[in-house]
Amino acid sequence: MANGTIAVPPQTAEIDFYNVRGRHKGILSWLLTIDHKRIGILYLGSVVFFFLVAMTIGVFMRLEMLSPGETFMKPQTYNSLFTLHGVIMIFLFIIPAVPAVFGNFFLPIQLGAQDVQFPKLNLLSWYLYIIGGALAIISLFSGGGIMDTGWTFYVPYSIRTTTNVSLSVFAAFVLGFATILTGLNFITTIHRLRCPGMTWFRMPLFAWALYATSWIQVLATPVIGITLVLIILERAFGIGVFDPTIGGDPLLYQHMFWIYSHPAVYIMILPAMGVVSEIIPTFSKKAIFGYVPIAISSLGIALVGYLVWGHHMFSSGISDTSRVIFSLLTFFVALPSGIKVFNWVATLYKGSIDVTAPMLYVLLFIFIFSIGGLTGLALGALNTDLHLTDTYFVVGHFHYVMFGGMGIIFFASLHYWFPKMFGKMYNEKVAKVAAIWIGIGFNTLYFPMFIMGYLGMPRRYYDYLPEFQTYHIIATVGSWILVSGILVMFFNLLQGLRKGRKAPDNPWGGTTLEWTVSSPPPMENFKIIPEVTTGPYDHTHIHGQEDNK
Amino acid sequence: MENNHLNGSDHGGHGHDDGHIAEAHHPSYGINVLVWIGLLSLTAITVAVAGINLGSLALTVALMIALVKSMFVINFFMHLKFDNKVFKIFLGICMVTFAVVMILTFFDLTFRF
Repeated sequence: MANGTIAVPPQTAEIDFYNVRGRHKGILSWLLTIDHKRIGILYLGSVVFFFLVAMTIGVFMRLEMLSPGETFMKPQTYNSLFTLHGVIMIFLFIIPAVPAVFGNFFLPIQLGAQDVQFPKLNLLSWYLYIIGGALAIISLFSGGGIMDTGWTFYVPYSIRTTTNVSLSVFAAFVLGFATILTGLNFITTIHRLRCPGMTWFRMPLFAWALYATSWIQVLATPVIGITLVLIILERAFGIGVFDPTIGGDPLLYQHMFWIYSHPAVYIMILPAMGVVSEIIPTFSKKAIFGYVPIAISSLGIALVGYLVWGHHMFSSGISDTSRVIFSLLTFFVALPSGIKVFNWVATLYKGSIDVTAPMLYVLLFIFIFSIGGLTGLALGALNTDLHLTDTYFVVGHFHYVMFGGMGIIFFASLHYWFPKMFGKMYNEKVAKVAAIWIGIGFNTLYFPMFIMGYLGMPRRYYDYLPEFQTYHIIATVGSWILVSGILVMFFNLLQGLRKGRKAPDNPWGGTTLEWTVSSPPPMENFKIIPEVTTGPYDHTHIHGQEDNK
Repeated sequence: MENNHLNGSDHGGHGHDDGHIAEAHHPSYGINVLVWIGLLSLTAITVAVAGINLGSLALTVALMIALVKSMFVINFFMHLKFDNKVFKIFLGICMVTFAVVMILTFFDLTFRF
């Protein structure tokens, strides 16, 4: 009896949502769907496509860095590639991946609801995402060519460059609307569609994480929208808001950019932390340690994370007083983040730990994210930041936190919820091998960046001194290991999809509501809305997991 | 557009904080016209104040007038005054966030030079 539910009738005899006959058939049944699960799958296909594109670009970048000087591409091409890599990864993969894919698919089910509050708005969000992605692709082949500003679009360069900045930032502007509408939908869904008995503190922690994330999405994303429009206006009409030659303030741009983009880091990581809070109790077979602190710490991270943007500007020329304040506030973020990590580890303590593929990814996440978090402290401190800023140390830190945090948990989520989403099992052994493979590749690729950065290798440079070559070679080899591991992982999941055996309804012994419905879930999830009587991680009624070997 | 599967009610035992839209409390035409005249007057004041040299206070004054105007719009035209408490809390969170962001940004400007 997951989530302490009572009066849950047998939910398994219904036709799954893939096979329900609706108003439309074939491709239209997907393109015109308002079912949150189908929209989640649409997002999954889209974000995986963009991830693979950006990953390929990243491999080319690493290949170019194999030797000093020109290896196989020109400097301008390299500038465009690192910009593209960043823009696609950030705006088209990392931000939407966990909330838009797994949030859409599982939030309503975890709350005991039949859909999100605004299903049509949900579909509109996906279309805005696709339009934004299409505009980004069109910008590559039109105007002055591929943007070369980096994903931060810093002025005054973004105002002066002849590359196609205007269309690219407009694409990001459109993508922002998709994010805002998804956030709005989730906030409303959580407030209004919880099933009977599902009080705030009986909600799964994934829902709590999505709630905190959604608030950031709604509050912060409009700021980047306005900022990006101002860049377009500055380029087109020279309005003088950011351009210092006509009275503008370039630092104002950086403030406005990071007012969004630092909270955006938490848009990226908070849902991933929510997934960790789901996976750890499931595979430790015990209730999560410190449910309330973890739930509140999500809101704490959202709150404090909103106030620390200035730490991206320590060397940009902001006032000393501001630097001290932003540095202090930055250290406060470590508190709610630490609460989460310690509670996860405490949950593992004396648990009956089952190291399945999703759990392996989560353990990898804790290891990698801890390194990412601790190196963040070095960047949050004023004195060390001046030495490390704009070096490969920042690149290493960012990838440890974002890819190691969100990316690895995206893989964990795929493995955890794959049986529920597709009704099939994948090969567990191959999945574990791929996870370890990815872990080795990840650290080989990104750890040398900390050393290089500390020694003074600047980020975004096409050329470098010969003394850095050994580190670059190690990192490039790491990229080959990492990418091959990722390909094995995806291949294994595809094989599972094609040939995997049928998944049971609850292969992992999960305790939240999605494990009470059939795999894949039926249309509208629940024939009769369940009633919840206890917290989400009550394992007292679970008598061992179903056979999943 | 709203999902009607669950009748739009709050099933989590928190019905008291997510209430219904109070349809019975629309402001009268007279009030709406008064608010409109108030907004026009405040716009005129904004323009007039812009002509006075208030130095560093100019921005603060303009923002204060804009704040009063937005409160009129939100409370009367958007019916927040007659709506449930939870929406007022939502707006409060947005306002506080905006205020903090403005303060931190302009704090930098004050101490930069």
